[in-house]
Parts: sequence; structure tokens; C-alpha cells
Amino acid sequence: MSKEFINTGKLMGFILRRDRMRMSIWVISIVIFTVLIASIVPDLYATGADRQLMAETMKNPAITVMIGPGYGLDNYTDGAMMAHFMLLFSALATGIMGILFATRHTREDEEEGRIEMIRSLPVGPLSPLTASFLYIAIVNIVISLAVAFGLYPLGLEDMDLNGCLLYGASLGVIGIFFAALAGLFAQLTSNTRATIGYSFGFLILAYIVRGIGDVENEALSLISPLGLILRTQVFVNNYWWPVLLTLGISMVIFAVSLYLNSIRDLGAGFIPTRPGKRNASRFLLSPLGLSLRLQRTTIISWTVGMFILGLSYGSILGDLEGFLDTSGIIQQMIPQAEGLSLTERFMTMLMTILSILGTMPPLMFILKLNSEEKKNRTEALLSKAISRNQVLGSYTLIAVLAVPLMQLISIIGLWSAAVVVMDDAISFNTFFKAGFAHIPAMWIMVGLAILLIGYLPEHTNLAWLYLGYAFFVVYLGDMLQLPDWLNKLSPFGHIPQVPIEEINMAKSLLLILVAVVLIIVGFIGYNKRDIHG
Amino acid sequence: MAIIEVKNLVKKFGNFTALGGVNLDVNPGEIYGFIGPNGAGKTTTIRILLGILKATSGQATIFGMDAWKDAVEIHKRVAYVPGEVNLWPNLTGGEVIDLFVKLREANNNKRRREELIERFDLDPSKKCRTYSKGNRQKVALIAAFASDADLYILDEPTSGLDPLMERVFQEYVLEAKQEGKSIFLSSHILSEVERLCDKVSIIRNGKIIESGSLEELRHLTRTSVVLETKEPIYDLDKLKGVHNVDKKNNSLYFHVDSDQMDQVMKYISQYGIVKLEVAPPTLEELFMRHYKGDGGEL
Repeated sequence: MSKEFINTGKLMGFILRRDRMRMSIWVISIVIFTVLIASIVPDLYATGADRQLMAETMKNPAITVMIGPGYGLDNYTDGAMMAHFMLLFSALATGIMGILFATRHTREDEEEGRIEMIRSLPVGPLSPLTASFLYIAIVNIVISLAVAFGLYPLGLEDMDLNGCLLYGASLGVIGIFFAALAGLFAQLTSNTRATIGYSFGFLILAYIVRGIGDVENEALSLISPLGLILRTQVFVNNYWWPVLLTLGISMVIFAVSLYLNSIRDLGAGFIPTRPGKRNASRFLLSPLGLSLRLQRTTIISWTVGMFILGLSYGSILGDLEGFLDTSGIIQQMIPQAEGLSLTERFMTMLMTILSILGTMPPLMFILKLNSEEKKNRTEALLSKAISRNQVLGSYTLIAVLAVPLMQLISIIGLWSAAVVVMDDAISFNTFFKAGFAHIPAMWIMVGLAILLIGYLPEHTNLAWLYLGYAFFVVYLGDMLQLPDWLNKLSPFGHIPQVPIEEINMAKSLLLILVAVVLIIVGFIGYNKRDIHG
Repeated sequence: MAIIEVKNLVKKFGNFTALGGVNLDVNPGEIYGFIGPNGAGKTTTIRILLGILKATSGQATIFGMDAWKDAVEIHKRVAYVPGEVNLWPNLTGGEVIDLFVKLREANNNKRRREELIERFDLDPSKKCRTYSKGNRQKVALIAAFASDADLYILDEPTSGLDPLMERVFQEYVLEAKQEGKSIFLSSHILSEVERLCDKVSIIRNGKIIESGSLEELRHLTRTSVVLETKEPIYDLDKLKGVHNVDKKNNSLYFHVDSDQMDQVMKYISQYGIVKLEVAPPTLEELFMRHYKGDGGEL
């Protein structure tokens, strides 16, 4: 081995040891989740006729934009259903894993000065990056094989060994691709936050581009790695080329990262940092000003992001309208409600998905306080004439206000696109009511995060887990025919389906009350506990 | 009235007792040195004083107010510099200094700020992520001395500073003392403590094991002596108060308990003194004595 890569193997072993718990949890969760879902797929529909009816509704562009195009809808077998329901969703999971793992072992280790320690040992300059990439590649290969050999013994219709291997490989290769991508951003940017930010930005963009492409234009989907991987048409046609192509592109990205890594200084990036101000502006000089300033870029990016997300969902409403008007089966299936178009009925599900995604930025804004504490910076504030209520209060204010802001922005995006593409456009008022009906549930999520900050600062990730759960029950609940009580476990399960249902003021107020109680109790906890560094 | 008053302070983290009954008093216009090995409880004590950790039991008051309950009121008159300064990577040093001064609700004295920036030789327009450890330390020091505080709590404030900057730091500490302010200084640089501090406490395993002025501390300990006499002395180690006798070349090296000095001098003078070197123990020797072994008995 060339001297640039000396001791890569030992480093890999070291990374494996550091990550043994984290990595096992990811691998086991993804594999068990996949096999579990696959095992309930055959029981979903009793007769072939039921299943074909389902297939008909799955042609709905609103479904396509969320979970990808259906293949084999004419003969909707277990395999076709499994791939349609789960492939994109699971690929998102491996993609997120790839980004988190790659950032952790590249830019984060570098920023914390750990790469410097490693590099002072007899280790090649390119060894750390290579070791991290190989490690993630191996983890993804393990996932691919475990998924394949977990699915195959179930012996489901149309799920032969080749198909199962392809399904596993499709997940694994997305993990590898996004790890390579995060590795590239780790070279380009000079800090962890930017690396994570750019990588997730790319992931979301890939998801949106695929969504629009799947409905409007096939070629557009091929640009997105997430769109590309769905073209394996796994369990229907079993094409391997998208997997190989994605793998090839990942290798190229990795090679570019290696080159960039070799020509840059340790700790430096290629996207330059500008010099700043000698004095603070008046605006910065308060806890609220500080937390706004620290999150300025995040707030702006998410606002823009939610607008684009609204626009892209809105852009398919025209196709949805056309589909619903021509599909006889659906006309029969859904009883016509007074004065409501079918599009408006489908809109409610879109709105719930948008609201759950719109809860992500407020959660990030409030949980920023937690990472500030871990980095020992909250201590710097509390040693001044600043109370804990002021510190937590300023973050709470931002998060609580971000909820209606994000909701308004995505509604404006949704509505502006809808006006252009729909023949019989839904009124802004309807969008507004449907969207704002979700606000109490979003506030409950923020309240839960504050409660965790107050009592379990080490476990604030539970808030993300709960949001992920809420997303899962809405996203796949209908298709997997999950019982309603699972939906009621999420605050979003208690939100009226405007415009089909009326807003129930008493219930909304009750939900808001729950959020307020969570926030108050969280504040009490935060005032009583030790601040850790 | 004491500025800082700590009584029987206990802090437990789970089963681990970090502080097992700490007592100390800092008076107005006093520079108080707080020394002890790593993990002895220095930073824990300071964090309780700052109201960041909650004491398990005992009492910690500053300006007569409770360190936990009245933290905000207290902090208006306190300036704090930690040993490990963590700053926001995307703010500049200048912005952080302004922020800290403002959040302490002190007046932003522009001239004072510029003077400090110049004296400490800091470029305030750089982003904090580009600062070295020493430069981050300077940001915290400038912010502390730029605000008009009555009490300075400094936790190893000079770690990472070069000797020139250390001297600048010491000048500002002495200036603050002259203005009647109190300084609570935790440090590992013993020469610094020796030069600056009026009173010293040594903490070990969460307990104060020695406390007092440097003079008092020295009095409790032994003086080291190097002696050469015309006639040899054979039974020196049998004498009361003499320890660690060692013979090298023609000289005797030994330690004498301070209260036995008179007796020992009378005894050795009988043998005809050729050379006598007597040195008070340095803080370092004091320190070593307390740090080594389990109870610090040598």
C-alpha cells in the first residue's frame, strides 16, 4: 500500500470499536424494520380484487410524490407493494445514516482536533478519510446482505433471491452514496455544522427533485440519486444498473474528496470564511439576539426550504385533480362530500406531512440550546446577569414563533403553485385553515423538546424519535392499515382533517393547553437542574 | 462582611462526592488563591459559586446573597473567566466581548475596551473559530476586565497565555485589588499565586486541607537547611523537629519544623558553622507536600 494510506486498516478497526453500539443500533433497526413490514404485507389485502383496487388508488400523483412511482401496478404482487411502500422510505434512512456517520468521522473529528492526534502517529495523510469511507461501505454491505437474507426466507410472492439481493443493495448503495457526499462536503466546508447542513440540504433536494420528476418528467428523477434507485423496479423487473451507476458515482465523489483532502491544510476548507465585525451590533446584545444570530443561517435556509417544499407539493395538485376526475374507481370509493372537491380531500394528508416536516426547524431551534450546553457555552451566559428563564425563554420564543412562520411559508408555497397548475384552484383560505389546524400538534412537539431539555438533557433525541414516529404513522399508516390507536399516540393524530372535518375549537385549545403545560414543566426542570459542560 | 462565604459545601454527583464540606471566606480587597491537584474540586466549587451547579448541601453566598437563588443579581457585579473558554465559532472576538460586557449589565467603556485589546494584543475582527486557545482566553479576560465588577472569579485564567501576556494579566489583577475589588483565583501556576495572593487555600479530594496567608502556611511547615560544620555532627536526626537528614559531600541537608528552629540553631552552633543556607519553603514545596501521598503527611 502506498504511504498515503498507511495504517488505514488499523484506523478502521478503531472506528468500528468507537461505533460498535451506534452502528449496531442502526443496522439492527433498519433490518428488523424492513423484515417486519415485509411480513405483514401479504395480510394487507384479502383478495386479489381488493389489491387491484388499492393499486388503482396508488396511481394517485399525491402518493407518487411522497413514496415514488409504482411499478407492476397492473399485477400488484407482494413484492411490488413492498418495493413501492418501503424502498424510498428505507433508502432515506440509510442515506441519513451515511451522512451522520461520514460527518462524525471526518469533519467532526477534524474540528475537535482528534484527526490531528491521529495524524501525529505513523498514519498516512489520506488514511482517516479512507478508513471512514471503507467503514461506512462495509456497514452498508452488511445492511444489504442482512436485509436480503432477512427478506428471502419469508418466501413472498415475486420476492426471489435476486430481487431480495437487489432490494438490499439499493438501500446499501444509497448509504454509500450519501456517505461519499458528506465526505466531499467535509473537504469543502471548514466545520461540522456546514458539512451536515449541506449534506442534508442535498438529501432534501434529491427527494424533492425526485418527487416532481416522478410526477412530471422521468428524466428529472434520474438526476436524483433517490429517483435513480427507484428505477431498479425491484421485485418487478429487477434492473441492477441503477445500483451499479450509483456505486460508480459514489466512487468518483470519493476520489474527488481524496484529491481535495490531499491538497488542503488540516482544519481548512475551500469555502472561505469572511472576516467579521470589530464590534457587536445592538441587535446581538441580548440572549434573544444572540440565539437569533447563532441560528440566522439555519432559520433562513429552513424558511426557503419550506417554501420550496410547499411549491413542489403544490405543483402536483394539477395532476392530482386530473387523476381524480378520470379515475372511476376512486370516484366510487370515496363518497362525495358536500361542496368539496376530491383534491381538497387529498390535500389534508399533504398538509399533515408538510406540518410534520415543518416541525423539524422549530425542534432544531429549541434543541440548539442543548448543543450549546454540551459545548460549555451556556455556562458563559449564565455566569453573566442572565437568568435561566431568559436563556431558555429566548430559544423557546424562537421555536414557538417558528411554528406558524414555517406553516405560513409552506402554505404560501403550496397555494402559489396550486393557483398555477389547477383548473379549479383551492382557495388560500382552505389551505390556511388546514395548515393552521396543525399548529397545536407542532407546539406539543416543541413542548416535549423543552420538557426533555428540563429533565433529560442527555436524551433530547427522543423528540426526534417521536417526530419520526408521527411521520411514519401518517406516511404509511393507511397503506399498512395500522390500527387507529397508533395514530392517536401522535399529537398529529388528534388534528381535524380540515376541510373534511371542522376545526373543533375546544379540542384545539386543549392541545394548546397540553403544549403550554409541557413548556412550563420544562422551564421548572431547567431552573432546578445542574448545567453540564 | 465577607464577599464570598462558603460553609460546609457538599456536592455529590450520583455516588461520587466531589465536594465533602468546603469552607472558605474571601474578604473585600483580597486576592484569594485556590489551588489543588486536578480533580480536587476547584472547578466544581467555582461552578456552584456561579449558580451553574446546585449544591447538595451547605451554603454558598456572594455579597451576602445565595449563589443559586440570586445568581442573576450577583452576576451583575461578578466577572468570570474559565480555564477552557468556549466561544461561538461564527462570532468575532469583538462581538463576544461586547456581548459579555452587555449581558453583565455593565457600561460598555469604549476606551477601556480598546486599551485592553491593545494591551492583550488581540485582533477582535477575527472569527472565534480561528482563535488559538491563548487568544480565546484573551477574549474572556478582556471581557472580564472591561466590565466594572466587584468580584473576579478566575479559573486558571492564564492557561495558554504567553509569559508577556501573563504579566499584563497580573498587572490588571493588582490594579483591581488596588481599587478594593476581590479576586478569587484558581491556578496551577504557583509563582503567579505566590506573587499575587494574600490568602491561599489548598483543596484536595473535595476538602480544604490548608488555608491561610502564605506566611501562616509557611509557619506550619518546615524550613530547608544546608549546613557545613567544622566538626561532624552524627546525631542530628535524633534532635526534635529535624527531618529528612541527608549527607552529600561535606554538607548536611535537612528540614526543620518552624517552631523548633531556635533549639536546632543553638545545638548546631556548638559544632562551628562553616556554611549555613536557610530557605523558607516555596509554595511549590508546600504544594508537593500536600499533594503527595494520601493525607499529605511527609
